[in-house]
Amino acid sequence: MEFILQPLTLMTFFPLLGVLVLLFIPGDKKNALRWTALIASLITFLISIWVLTMFNASNPDLQLVAKYNWITVAGWNIQYYLGIDGLSILLVLLTTFLSPISILSTWTAVEERVKEFLLFFLLLEVGMTGVFLAQDLFLFYIFWEFTLVPMYFLIGIWGGPRRIYAALKFFLYTMAGSILMLLAILWLGIYQGTFSVPDLIAKGGIDPHTQLWLFIAFAAAFAIKVPMWPLHSWLPDAHVEAPTAGSVILAGVLLKMGTYGFLRFNLTLFPQAAVQAAPVIAVLAVIGIIYGAAVSYAQADIKKLVAYSSVSHLGFVMLGLFALNPQGIQGGILQMINHGLSTGALFLLVGMIYEQTHTREFKVYGGLWKVTPIFGTIFLIVSLSSMGLPGLNGFVGEFTILLGAFGSTVLNSPWYAGFAALGVIMAAVYILYMFQKMFMGPEGSIVEEVRKHGHALRDLNWREIVTIVPLLIFIFWIGLYPAPFFHLMAPSVDKLTAAFQAAALAMR
Amino acid sequence: MTFFYLAPWIVFFPVIGLLVNIIFGGRFSEKVIGMAASLASGLAFVVSVLLAYSLTQHPEAVRWTIGEWIHIGTLQLDWTFRVDTLSTTMMLVVSGVGTLIHIYAIGYMREDVRFKNDLKRFRRFFVFLNLFIAAMMILVGGDSYLMLFVGWEGVGLCSFLLIGFWYEMDTLGRPSWANSNAAKKAMIANRIGDFGFLIASFLMFWAFHSLQFDQVFQQAPAIAASNPGLITAITLFLLLGVTGKSAQIPLFVWLPDAMAGPTPVSALIHAATMVTAGVYLVTRSAALYVTVPAAQFIVAMVGALTALFAATIAVGQYDIKKVLAYSTISQLGFMVAGVGMGAFAAGMFHLITHAFFKGLLFLSAGSVILGMERGHHHLAHHSPLSPHPRPLSQGERGEGAREDAGHREEAFDPGDMRNMGGLRKTMPVTFWVYLTGALALAGVFPFAGFWSKDEILANAFSGGFSAVYWLLTIAAFFTAFYMGRQIWMVFFGKPRHEAAAKAEESPKVITIPLMVLAALSVVGGALNLPGVETLTKWLEHTVEFIEPGEFVMSVALTSTALALIAIFISWLLYGREPLKAGEADPLKKMFGPIFTGMERKWFVDEGYKALFIDRYVDITRFTADVIDWKFWHDWFHEKVIAGAYNWLSNVMLNRYADQRGIDAFFNGLGEWTKNAAAGLRRFQNGFVRSYALFVLIGVVAILGYLLLK
Repeated sequence: MEFILQPLTLMTFFPLLGVLVLLFIPGDKKNALRWTALIASLITFLISIWVLTMFNASNPDLQLVAKYNWITVAGWNIQYYLGIDGLSILLVLLTTFLSPISILSTWTAVEERVKEFLLFFLLLEVGMTGVFLAQDLFLFYIFWEFTLVPMYFLIGIWGGPRRIYAALKFFLYTMAGSILMLLAILWLGIYQGTFSVPDLIAKGGIDPHTQLWLFIAFAAAFAIKVPMWPLHSWLPDAHVEAPTAGSVILAGVLLKMGTYGFLRFNLTLFPQAAVQAAPVIAVLAVIGIIYGAAVSYAQADIKKLVAYSSVSHLGFVMLGLFALNPQGIQGGILQMINHGLSTGALFLLVGMIYEQTHTREFKVYGGLWKVTPIFGTIFLIVSLSSMGLPGLNGFVGEFTILLGAFGSTVLNSPWYAGFAALGVIMAAVYILYMFQKMFMGPEGSIVEEVRKHGHALRDLNWREIVTIVPLLIFIFWIGLYPAPFFHLMAPSVDKLTAAFQAAALAMR
Repeated sequence: MTFFYLAPWIVFFPVIGLLVNIIFGGRFSEKVIGMAASLASGLAFVVSVLLAYSLTQHPEAVRWTIGEWIHIGTLQLDWTFRVDTLSTTMMLVVSGVGTLIHIYAIGYMREDVRFKNDLKRFRRFFVFLNLFIAAMMILVGGDSYLMLFVGWEGVGLCSFLLIGFWYEMDTLGRPSWANSNAAKKAMIANRIGDFGFLIASFLMFWAFHSLQFDQVFQQAPAIAASNPGLITAITLFLLLGVTGKSAQIPLFVWLPDAMAGPTPVSALIHAATMVTAGVYLVTRSAALYVTVPAAQFIVAMVGALTALFAATIAVGQYDIKKVLAYSTISQLGFMVAGVGMGAFAAGMFHLITHAFFKGLLFLSAGSVILGMERGHHHLAHHSPLSPHPRPLSQGERGEGAREDAGHREEAFDPGDMRNMGGLRKTMPVTFWVYLTGALALAGVFPFAGFWSKDEILANAFSGGFSAVYWLLTIAAFFTAFYMGRQIWMVFFGKPRHEAAAKAEESPKVITIPLMVLAALSVVGGALNLPGVETLTKWLEHTVEFIEPGEFVMSVALTSTALALIAIFISWLLYGREPLKAGEADPLKKMFGPIFTGMERKWFVDEGYKALFIDRYVDITRFTADVIDWKFWHDWFHEKVIAGAYNWLSNVMLNRYADQRGIDAFFNGLGEWTKNAAAGLRRFQNGFVRSYALFVLIGVVAILGYLLLK
């Protein structure tokens, strides 16, 4: 009982209770199933708010720790070790926040095998929360791989026409990277004698050469997940085929597992290697920003455009993290949240229109603002957030990232941020293109097409508005008053950057 | 008594206005919607007046913080308003002219939404207009470069929304992508400028460790002494931002297209206020610019070249608003040249008078266009819609839509000056106010434009900027000429289209704001008369580097003489013998290709399209379709990786595992994989199992090695 009542444990595994209840509900009672899953995820969200109230923002260290010896064999000591700090709290909240929203978005979109869908969804939530909380590398790896399974099925069963292919590609691609990480984890466990991240940090002392190899091994797993250019090839397939809720979670949370991995493990465990690798990562990030923005613009499919825009946006996050200064890292963390909100919202909105039109080809759209004014206005706000309009959330993240990268002593060159800032122009190009082609101009052929099937294109209904409005609130909140969000992460980030100064000194 | 605590309300009032209209506007009548929005803007004007009054008591800058924004390490940004003589001047212009235009728009949009058959859009217009006032107030009221930037991009958004207000049609109301293209073009051109602004702010932050105005300016002399190149870079990147927002060479191309927006928008955003933001920015950054004369020279030259270049294009336009649009670019060039030369007071002076007379000209042009539309409508329906339009009933509207569509196919252009002529008789009020604005713009004594333009010219003359002086003087000559041409073509001669003959004067809600602006265009020069220098002394409290301008009689006489000559020539060409319907422009007969160049805007748009836009599209297509998809996705991933893997798993597992029999366990698995692969040879199925097998083998082997070692 004591074990399960710890806040972090409770938060992580609460969705399992939902799973348990779902198992006892007959599969044809679709609404009962939906409400059960929704309530389970809402309670999980409330638990995460409870965790937030207990979280001491001025403490840079791990808090609300749950720690037990788990597997102790042959000198190995694997722990059940959960903890939360400024690096992870916002991501945990993002996860618990997006989950009920995604479930709400499936209300009418998923009609087949509802029970299984929701089951996998709640399991996925367990895995994602665990990833952000685990402080033992072995435990982390288990959660990390565990998220693959439900997502594999979500894409593979409820996806589009090429779902099997996309699901496999997603699975294998991610696995391929994870294997290298597993090796590095085993190396650390054996040669450093512990899997506990805080212990490993405290112990330190890995020589720079080895650090670099371990850094690369971890980076392989995370870079694929982010995805960093040029390892992004699985992303458009996965996004285009995934059902809406899958895309929301994939873009909103799963990709952040990659960037979070860099932050939590690569930066803290291998500080010297991180300093060494920073310019390389930054170059890849900048290429990703430009490349993603360019490729987005040339897409004929709305969802694919949004998918490629993630490559660009996460390039910003990576650039910020590897600026290795407070502005860059705080901006990077905030931008993870921002991307979760705005790209998550974009996928939701694209899903809402797709549900009615069953097509995502730009060429059949046009003039929708007049037909569906509320939808158009919300889409506009979210698009503007995505292109970094000041006053909305995206700008705060992008600006602090670019500012940090511009003056980073580790990168030691303004060119990274200079080129990355071109992405700001290019984002305007593809985002405005998307908005124009869908909502402006003469009425597209799809409006008539839908009308022919007997019912006109409708504007958002109440359920859809309830789904999207919470995201809008945060889009404005972070844009206008990001202070509370920065305050949550600042002490932990300061602690991290202090370690870098030490590492940079040690290297001289 | 001071009212500085009211500073945030310059933003709050318009925001409240737009929220009221969003939430309750559905139940309001058009009049109430318009009045609510105008009231919001009017209250912002009242606050601006109170702030200005407070500054007369306490002329030093006052900062008023309402909340924390971004605090990370040394980056300390707050939502802080800055009330000083410069920001308050801008606030007065924005909210003052803004309020007049709100009132005018009540009348204008009432008719516009009827001509275009979408009554619902009336409310949306006022929501956007209030949003614009709020953003513009953030721009001029912010206390740091980044808060300025929030307003800077915010007004850019409003510009996008309002240019694309009739997003489903072109300027003639036909279904088209044209208006939305214009909107997109404006925002992207501005974003290119904003890129410059961003880079400038990064440079600034890492040089000064602040983006707050006072802290930056205090350190400017020291940094300029040790590292002048840095300040030059900052000021030139800011200039890129200026060329975007204030439509200077090379980013001016968006402004003429921006005329797709309803006319009040052209007046408020694309003439009087938003486009002058760049001038404000340079004036605000005076402390930086004065430390680097080279950058100042470049700014002045960009302004002067733009002034002349755009003036030549204005000569060749037939659309009443396009003439004014190029004229605006040209006049912005005057202002930029002025502040570039360090004549900050002169630049700001021209900014203010220009807001009066160009706002007036645009609004009057709107009145002309409405008059033409009424005339055209009259022809079509034989029932006057105006001056007191009544709401159309449902049935009528549907019919009207079809009929309108029918008429518009013959593409009557109410803004084409070739369709006009003789309007001074049918629209007398509009004629007189238009004439006032035109004389002010042409720089005829004693109208407002004379004083402000002359101050810039005098500064160039005596400040040693002779190239700038001559460019601007020639531009001034063209200015008087194209305004003369416009007046003769629109208001004199005989109507060249029946719609012009049937044109009707606008109602009072439209003409009264026009009269107010006309009065300001006459007396606006009093703000900064030579020798009195009210404005200069007022701005001195904020911009330390202002020197009182001098009045150079020879400059004044030269420019006046040139203006009169230009007007006379325009009379010779267009007034003495008015253009007839279908007749080519007399200049075209005289100068042929040169006039065609002016008419076609020197082919700048075509050049940009060929050089940049098409190339960008090509590059993105190639990257997306060939590099990303055909090469990376299809060939490398599917053929190379997946193919190699399938081959490897078959060969390896079959040969070694089966034939040599390393291990029974592996044997079994190999067999299984082989069968699976044989049965399901397609990539999807053979792949994952054999892959999982490899993973398993690898993990077991490594674990074994590590554990047993």
